[in-house]
Formats: sequence, C-alpha cells, structure tokens
Amino acid sequence: MRRIVVFTLTGMLMVLTACCPPTPGTGLSEPTTSATEAPSTSTETPEAITPPEPRTLRVMTHDSFAVSEEVIAAFEEQHNARVEILESGDVGVMLSQAILSADNPQADVLYGIDNTFLSRALDAGIFQPYDSPLLDEIPDHLELDPQHRALPVDYGDVCLNYDKGWFAEQGLAPPASLEDLTEPEYRGLTVAEDAASSSPGLAFMLATIGHFGEEGDYTWLDYWADLRANDVLVASDWENAYWGSFTYGSGGEGDRPIVVSYASSPPVEVLFAEEPFEEAPTAAVVSDGSCFRQIEFVGILIPEDAENRDLAEAWVDFMLGTTFQEDIPLNMFVFPANENAVLPEAFGKFAAIPEHPAEVDYAAIEANREAWVEAWTETVLR
Amino acid sequence: MTEQRSRGAEEQGSRLFTTRHSPFAFLPLASCLLPLAFLLLFYFYPLASILGLSFAPEGHLDLSALEKLVQTRYYLRTLWFTIWQATVSTLLTVGLALPGAYVFARYEFPGKSLVQALTTVPFVLPTIVVAVAFSALLGPRGLINQALMGFLGLAHPPLELQHTLAIILLAHVFYNYTLVVRIVSTYWANLNPRLAEAARMLGAGRWRAFREVTLPLLLPAVGAAALLVFIFCFTSFGVILVLGGPRFATLEVEIYRQTINYFNLPLAATLSVFQILFTFALMIGYTRLQARTALPLELRSRRATQRRPRNWRERLLVWGNVGLMLALLVMPLAALVARSFSTAKGVSLDFYAQLFYNPRGSAFYVPPGQAVLNSLGFALATVGFSVALGLMAVAALDQRKEIRFFGKIRFLRRLLDPILMLPLGTSAVTLGLGYIVALDEPPLDLRASPLLVVLAHTLVALPFVVRSVMPALRAIDPRLREAAASLGAPPWRVWREIDLPIVARAVLVGAVFAFTISMGEFGATSLIARPERPTLPIAIYRFLGRPGATNYGQALAMAALLMAVCTVGFLAIERFRVGEVGEF
Repeated sequence: MRRIVVFTLTGMLMVLTACCPPTPGTGLSEPTTSATEAPSTSTETPEAITPPEPRTLRVMTHDSFAVSEEVIAAFEEQHNARVEILESGDVGVMLSQAILSADNPQADVLYGIDNTFLSRALDAGIFQPYDSPLLDEIPDHLELDPQHRALPVDYGDVCLNYDKGWFAEQGLAPPASLEDLTEPEYRGLTVAEDAASSSPGLAFMLATIGHFGEEGDYTWLDYWADLRANDVLVASDWENAYWGSFTYGSGGEGDRPIVVSYASSPPVEVLFAEEPFEEAPTAAVVSDGSCFRQIEFVGILIPEDAENRDLAEAWVDFMLGTTFQEDIPLNMFVFPANENAVLPEAFGKFAAIPEHPAEVDYAAIEANREAWVEAWTETVLR
Repeated sequence: MTEQRSRGAEEQGSRLFTTRHSPFAFLPLASCLLPLAFLLLFYFYPLASILGLSFAPEGHLDLSALEKLVQTRYYLRTLWFTIWQATVSTLLTVGLALPGAYVFARYEFPGKSLVQALTTVPFVLPTIVVAVAFSALLGPRGLINQALMGFLGLAHPPLELQHTLAIILLAHVFYNYTLVVRIVSTYWANLNPRLAEAARMLGAGRWRAFREVTLPLLLPAVGAAALLVFIFCFTSFGVILVLGGPRFATLEVEIYRQTINYFNLPLAATLSVFQILFTFALMIGYTRLQARTALPLELRSRRATQRRPRNWRERLLVWGNVGLMLALLVMPLAALVARSFSTAKGVSLDFYAQLFYNPRGSAFYVPPGQAVLNSLGFALATVGFSVALGLMAVAALDQRKEIRFFGKIRFLRRLLDPILMLPLGTSAVTLGLGYIVALDEPPLDLRASPLLVVLAHTLVALPFVVRSVMPALRAIDPRLREAAASLGAPPWRVWREIDLPIVARAVLVGAVFAFTISMGEFGATSLIARPERPTLPIAIYRFLGRPGATNYGQALAMAALLMAVCTVGFLAIERFRVGEVGEF
C-alpha cells in the first residue's frame, strides 16, 4: 500500500516538476528601438547590472519543421530571446488549431501554411499583416497575399519520382509526362496518395487539374479514370506509398517503381544513403505542367500592439534572411524563397526544379477542395 | 445454489454490519467526486466547448451544414461499416484469445512472462510501423508470399492482403489480442477449477462443462475485455487509413476528414455526437449485463490453480497457443527488428549507431536516451494518475458498500460507470481541438503544457484500469470482508488483507495498459501542440517523414528500441509487489 502511494506520488511529482512552465516573457517593454539592436545595450534601468531575462518567442509549426541548432542559437543570441517551437501536427491540424485559438493565439508566429490551405487561413483572419523589408529579395510570383499577412518562406514541387534502377533493369523508358502513366506499358507501376488524407496526394491531384483542366474533351477526371483503368494504387499517405509500395523506398518489397513524391526526394536519397552515390538512385519527372508547387508561408498571429510584436517581426525577418534561408534545403528539403540564398552543393547538383509547374489559383483550391476531392474519390476509389 | 445463498447472505450482511469496508470510507465522497471532477474538467468541459463552437459559431444554433448528412447515404453506410467491422473484429479477437487466456490462467510453463510481455508490445506500436511489419511478412514480396510462391511454384503472390478488409481485421486482432488475454486470464486464474470438475464428474463433456459452468463464471471478465476491444475498433483510425487504404472509412476517419480537410465543424461534431451516443448506449447495456453476471465467487489462489502441463494433450494445448501467439504477434515484431539490423553491408548495428549522431546539427535531434526518458516520464505519470483515479472510481462503483451513506449520491455513482468509458469512444480529433478551445486561460492554460499530454493519456487509460479491476472486485465474497470485520479488523485492514491481495493482479493489469496507452501516444495528444519533449513514437515519425535509406533504418531502430523499453516495462510492472501483501 505504502509503495503504491509512494509510486503514485512520485508519478505525480514527476509530472509537476516536469511541467513547471518556462518562465514566461517577463514583459520588459523594450523602448522603440529596432528589434535588431541587441537588448543588452538598451538597458533602461540604471540598477540593471545583469542582462535582462531573455523573452520567449513561441513559434507554431507543423511537425516537418526542421532547422539547425546554430541558426536558432544565432537568433536567440542576437535578440536575447528564447525560441520555443510548438509542433502542432500536420498542416491541416495546425491550421485548425490556429483558427480555433485565433482570439487567444497559442504562439506569436505561425510557420508552415502552404498555398493549399492559404485561403482558409486568410479568410479566418488568423494573420496580422507585416511588411517585412526582406520581401524585396523574394520573387513576386511567390508572394500570393498582396496584404502581406502571409509571407513566403520556401517552396517545393510535388512530382512523380521513379526508380532508375528498376527501369534500367526492365529496359523500359522512364515516364516523362503525366500522360505516359496511362499507356499500357506503365500499367500497374504507379502509386499515388489519397487526395483526401495526404498533402502530396492533394497536390498531385491539383497538378492534374492545372494540367488537364476541368472542361474540354479530356478533363482531369478523364485522366484519373484512365489512370484507374491502368491500375494505379492509392496509398493513404506518403509514408505508406514511399516506404511500403515504391520499389526503391521499400527496398524491394513494394512493386511500384513510380511514386508521387517531391522534386527534392532524389537529392535526399543521396544525402541519407547508406553508402555514397555518384548519382541519385531515383529521379523526378519535371516536365511542363506535371508538378504542383507548394509554397510555405510564415505569418504573425499577434496584433500590432502586442508585447512580443517586435520579436515576432524580428523572427519573420530572420526566416526570410539568408542565414535561415540557406539552412532550409538540408533540413526541410525544399527550396529557399529568397533569391540571394545560395543552395548547398549536393542539393543544387541532384535537385531538379520544374520550370513550369501546373498552376491552380490558391483561392480556387479552398473554394473547390471538397468538390474536387469528392469527384476524385468517386472516380478513383468507388 | 451456492451463489443464491451467498447473495442472500450478502443482503443480510449489509444489514447486520454497518462497518465501513472501503479504505476510502473516510473519504467516500472524494472517491466518487474526484474521478467525476477529473472527467468534468478534462473531458466534458473541452467537449462541450468544441461542440458548442461547432454547432453555434455565432452564438445561435446553425444546423445548415447538416443537410448533407441527411441527404447522402454515405454517412449511414460509414456508420454501418464502423459497427460491423468492430463487431467482427471483437468476435475474432475474443475467439482467438480465449484459449490463450485459458493457457495463461491454468498452466505454468517456461518463458511464460516473456511471452506475455511480448504479446502486449503490438499495443504500443504506431500504425505506420505495424504496416511496415505486415508488409515485410505479408506484402506482395513479403516472407510468406515468397515462401508460398517457392513452395507451390506459383508465378504470382497468392496472398493479396493490401488494402483489404482481411488486413483490417487481422490488424485489430494483432493489436487487441493482449487485452483479452490479460484481462480474462487474470480473472480466470482465481476461478475455482473444482466447479468445472464437478460438472464433468456429473457426466458433462469438456465443451458442455466449459459452456455451462466456466463461461458463465467468466462472463464479467470476457465482457469487460470485449467491451474495450469493441470500443477500440469502433474508433479505429490508423489501421483503417494506413492498412485498409482509402476505400474504407470509419466514423473516426470521417470526423478527421471533415474537421481537418474541410473544416466542416458542424458535420464533424454531429458525427462525433453519434459516436459518443453509441458508446453511451453500449455502456448502459453493458452496465446492466455486468450487474447481472457479476457473482461473488469462491476464489482460489492462482498458485492452487496453476500447474505445469501433464500429458501430451495439455502440452499440445499450451504450446499450440504459444505457437499461435508467436506466429500472429511476435513474428511481425521479429521481422521489424530483423530489418533494423539489415544494412547495405549485411547485418550490422549501423542504424543504431547513427541514432547517436546529429550530423547536420539539427535543432530537432533527439538523443535516443532522451526520447526513452521522455516516453517513460509521460508513461509513469499516466500510470500514477490513472491507477490513483481508477482505484477511487472502482471503490465508488463497488455498489455493495456504503449503501447508507452513498444513497444520496447514488445517481452520480450510477452514472459514473458509463461516463468513465466515454473518453475511449470519443473522437480524438474532437477532444484534441476541444482542449485548444477550452483550456486556454489561467488557471487552466494547459495548451502547451506537458501536463496536458499526461491528462489526455490518463483519460484514455482510466477505462482500462477500471475495467481490469472491476470484475475482480465484484467477485470478492462479501462474507470474507464481514468475517474480517467481525473479528475486529478496522476498514483499512479489511481492505489490505482481503481486497488488495485479490485485486492486486488486476490493478497491475490496469497499470500495464495505462503504461501502453501513454507509450503508444494514444488519444488526443497527436492533435495538440507539443512542446519540445519528443517521445519515441514522435522520433519514429520524424525519421519516417523523409526519404533516404538511413532515415528508414533509424526509424526501425527507434521502433525496436520502443519495443525493448516496453517489454522491460511490462516485465517490471508485473514483478511489482506491494509490501508484504500476499499474492493471490
């Protein structure tokens, strides 16, 4: 009995000690100096000998967010801040949370909304506008929101990938376009993801909508009907498709040499290979109109007069600046939005960037998402 | 006859002896109110908040989004499929696991506790990892298909299970087998074998003796286990999506889609309410059944009922069942572990070694030791919370006690049992978002607190503790307590000497499940923002989220680590003994 009690109490104590909230931002209101100025020099109170407590900046992201330790440390040191990252599930889950807590945000900044969800985020009014000076370094075609509530950070293309070794072995030419997949020699070779439950699945569906269109003799739904007739496999998510069914990713257990993945997957295969490769074992199809470009955005959740606003703006500037931007490719395997950012060598060498991805207006995506996904489900699955 | 007499004696007993038996007797109200308060604060309040926001976003009721629900037959079909697959999964699991429970209840054999620990490991594994294991075994080029093709000289793999109903059912059995075995065998071990022997002596065959004597006596435990399995399959999400593929959908899957993909909160909330109401109706039915089937029994110490198998028939039974468990549950795990060691240069520990490096200096790197500690911290806290609250709840629910005092709050107590189970039958999406909406202001601003993780896990773990302990507590013959009390034992002593030894094993079973719930990250915790305290499953997901052979290998190595930590955890919990309380 006593041990049960002790056991229980220890359990509870452990939690309590573990749960001491991080010292909240102590609310030292900085003078109107620019955020980039080091706070230790701007001590207002004469008796302050020790540097002021670092403020806490909360950044909400999806769970694919990654960054180098030293990059975060650089920001923390420069702004005497502590960056707390709140991982909040996938993009859809994160956005649902952000919308439901719009009046009382969980974080100061939110990163990771992409153009497939942008319209929902803007309509819900979760972001506060911020005219970052660094927007000058970002190409206009990535800036989808003219009011600068959501600022582009990076982009990546969802494309078909194929297993080079498999095609060489079979003596078959790898696919070069979306149309190829409906040809008889590619029967039963493709695995895609469910447009209803997977982000690359939805993006690939959007590529077909952009490419084939909704009207005319041969619509995107005709294409999917043909794909279905050609035995396309639909997996629930990227993990399942890539690791379970793709011949290369599954190490031979899967039987599909073509998979819907990212244009950056081939260089990532090289980076995380067990033994060094001369060239990537897989390749992406980047012909015109065969990819869909996902652009990821950052936005400020707190209003102009909020205590942490300057820090939040500093963070947005930091994310758009070259230090962070050059750290992006090898951590998140997408391309930096800032034109001045230099790509790491391995990435530049093996990654292909489609020149003309399929285009679908972001507002149309939110407006038609349910109808499109239902039509897709009806055509491909039922 | 015996049962009837004992029931009569019980009634008489409660009239004669007004002694308080419960250790919480001095806190009778607290033992009922604390679990209730917990549910109120961390279940009903968040739930009501999100449902209110969904149905009445502008403050007035808006049901326009529900037209779709009424207009399409799709949702009716989904509801039907949800119930149907859960029923079949439950029947299959109980059918397959009962012989296993018998073997664990009645026989001693070498390696018993290890086998039992291993069969519980599936329960904690993330679905995506199980999918990898299944495809290594059953996939088109998996071991079994390869073997069959070689053996039978076939050109095509004979088993095509990918995205079929069969693999959904198989996965549900894989996950839940241990629930039935653990709960039923713990109860069965204390049943007096002489009752069945007497029936056989009177001429009944083996089957008839089982059907007419043993099975009715086992019903409380079988019912409790089947209920948990059913609710688990009823709210199944990962198995349906990942293994069943996009053609299958349960209510839970549909709730997720409507909430996250379309942000159609009213529709999602309606489906959620259906799910909750169904669980509630099921619980009301179950509570009635429980009241009818629970009998005070003449219990025997497990030491008096367990022995080594004596003849070939018994050996066949024991090893046949162990073989089934190894094939069904342990082989997929072994396939995973084997893969974590197989690298480009053959069998090596490379993937494990890589876990300790952070080559790119990522801020999100988790040393494996830290992930283990984080997981264990959350799990032990969940065990502590749910066992404490669970024991209070069962003390309050054990209706034979404290009739006079409890009379006034009997209504609450009657409600407590069904509502304790509701969190298990509630959509994790709904509840997760409910936390975001409700727990956002001091003193309950828990949105980014690790405490919320523990509370969410406790909510799911609590029903397991209650369902594990209740059958054992109900089976205690009240005359034992009365005898002890009439010999002058104060209430706490009665509890310590009578109740505790009898229910101790069942409490450990509940503790094991609370541990697994947290280690496996069940419930709403995947829907809430997590501070930087990644657990083993989160680390596994991170590796699986990107291409590259070494990421895949490290994910499997991390999964193997999760399995190892859990196995050790289960063995440790089972060896846990309370002071000098004898083992029953």
